[in-house]
Amino acid sequence: MSLLRYESQVRAPLVDGTKDYHQVTEDICRPVEAKPSRLWWTGFLISLGLLLFGIISVTTEVIYGTGQWNLNRTIGWGWDITNFVWWVGIGHAGTLISAILLLFRQGWRTGVNRAAEAMTIFAVMCAGQFPVWHMGRVWNAFFVFPYPNSRGPLWVNFNSPLLWDVFAISTYFTVSLLFWYSGLIPDLATLRDRAKLKWRKAFYGVASFGWTGSTKHWQRHEALSLVLAGLSTPLVLSVHTIVSFDFATSVVPGWHTTIFPPYFVAGAIFSGFAMVQTLLLVTRKVLALEDYITIEHIDVMNKVIVLTGSIVGIAYLTELFMAWYSAVDYEWFAFKENRLNLNSPYGWSYWLMMGCNVLSPQIFWFRKMRRNLFVTFFMSILVNIGMWFERFVIIVTSVYRDYLPSAWSTYYTPTIWEVGFYLGTFGLFFTCYFLFSKFFPVIAIAEIKHILKKNGENYKAKMTKEEEDTVTQFGEHHLHEH
Amino acid sequence: MAKKKFIVGSFTDEAVLFPAVKKVRRAGYKLHDVFTPFPIHGLDKEMGLRDTSLHTAGFIYGITGTTTAVSFITWALTIDWAINFGGKPYFALPAWIPVTFELTVLFAAVGMVLTFCWLCQLAPFVKKDHFNPRSTDDTFVMALECTGSTNESEAQQFLQSIGATDVKVETRETGWWLGSYANDRMRFEKN
Repeated sequence: MSLLRYESQVRAPLVDGTKDYHQVTEDICRPVEAKPSRLWWTGFLISLGLLLFGIISVTTEVIYGTGQWNLNRTIGWGWDITNFVWWVGIGHAGTLISAILLLFRQGWRTGVNRAAEAMTIFAVMCAGQFPVWHMGRVWNAFFVFPYPNSRGPLWVNFNSPLLWDVFAISTYFTVSLLFWYSGLIPDLATLRDRAKLKWRKAFYGVASFGWTGSTKHWQRHEALSLVLAGLSTPLVLSVHTIVSFDFATSVVPGWHTTIFPPYFVAGAIFSGFAMVQTLLLVTRKVLALEDYITIEHIDVMNKVIVLTGSIVGIAYLTELFMAWYSAVDYEWFAFKENRLNLNSPYGWSYWLMMGCNVLSPQIFWFRKMRRNLFVTFFMSILVNIGMWFERFVIIVTSVYRDYLPSAWSTYYTPTIWEVGFYLGTFGLFFTCYFLFSKFFPVIAIAEIKHILKKNGENYKAKMTKEEEDTVTQFGEHHLHEH
Repeated sequence: MAKKKFIVGSFTDEAVLFPAVKKVRRAGYKLHDVFTPFPIHGLDKEMGLRDTSLHTAGFIYGITGTTTAVSFITWALTIDWAINFGGKPYFALPAWIPVTFELTVLFAAVGMVLTFCWLCQLAPFVKKDHFNPRSTDDTFVMALECTGSTNESEAQQFLQSIGATDVKVETRETGWWLGSYANDRMRFEKN
């Protein structure tokens, strides 16, 4: 009703096929109400197996200590903190889609926001594991919170970026969870009202909090969503900024740089969108939701990937330039010898990062490539490999050579338990995602209905012949008439 | 518990629902509620509901978070146990901005969600009545409350005449779970 919701007919529809409200409900509820397929069970059991491996790896580390990992005198942060930053970054795309695109009134977010938000929550859960188990004496983990204690009370250091991280990550997780669940409530009520089986009625009855769809409730729900989106937008920027402060506020060459906050945020969105692509390409196919997660959605997300990938590329070049221009010997050594030099022990990782993150996404300048599902899937994996190596490069190549050559460390390779811990978080992530896709609607039903009559294929105003013509065709058809 | 009678009708098109709401209010019936499967912008205004104050509550929770963070950190690091970090000032306000910001957001978000649940009376294990289960699928369900002066059959005919289908008289026990926004209504102005 508001003018802001005007949709140009030039824009492609966001919901394909002939749909009415009931059909939308049917399509999205079907995977939840059907028996899980063999494919689902296979994926779920593999994830569960990985999770088990992770649990064994972590148990080993807790019993025998962090010595089970190959961390050494200068590389105190190895795979674990690399994985932490990688997972947190992945989470950012979900909040970007659900919050920032809500504020920008982007209609296409409705098809992908529910799954992306779920991804955020699971990714942050995985991320949180790493700093916690890295503590070694994990039974003292609660020391990070400022609670009255018998040691003085000795408070935590509020001036430390590591403590900021505790607050940032826990707030981010809580707010994302609230945002996600408050959006789910109406859709769970839909499932409740459709339920035939007794356990379904009970489960969705409890989970939907007694939602009725009263107009006043919707009015408050809209206000809540809008304010939570407004809060989440600066929050998501602050989270990766604070993660980057873990590095940027130290005086380690390669870390001590002011470009880190924006560079980390862009990289986070970049890798997060790649993960959204990976998940949704599989989800839309397996759950037959191609009408809701259309090629249009894939296309726009690939545009975001090429944009953020290019921002990340500029950031890489800027920090490289500044390292040289600063004329600080240590800083330039970290870049020239530890990174750029392909013959240095970790030089390969820098060039792998450059190839995956800066060069390969440029393929998405071509519309044909953006709309090719195989290219998109391959690229989404490549980008996440590249982004993992970005964090690896930042951490390992900066710290493996100290100011004192006598303290330079031996080559660092992870042990089986470090690898197992990382694989275990994949297990946790995909176990959660499989359960989510089975028991919850992976697309926001109410939000799709909200945009259906503006953006649905069978409702949308069709383009006239003149509008579809190319410039030459238009000229041939019309200009010579006069 | 006391019982109340409602005239319940269903609509399938927003374009019919909007004028119907206007006609119902103009005819002077007591509009109990309209249950919809998704938010319909402008329907709250059409029904004469006032704007929600949830935003204001969120702002208050937010500044509570800000003051909690600043006052607690100030007390802990300057009064209770002042620690000298490399000769820097005890009152290091710029370094506290991140935690202060996070607590502002946390308080605002948690507070708003709890307030939302409280205002709408939503919680796990709560059961409420919304007359027609299709109202969470594809139907807009309008419920008129029968008052002493309502003629039931006339009201039913009226609902049908303005486009409602499946019109029925339903009896419900009153209670908080039915919800009522009688005090929330703004006066209907003829235009």
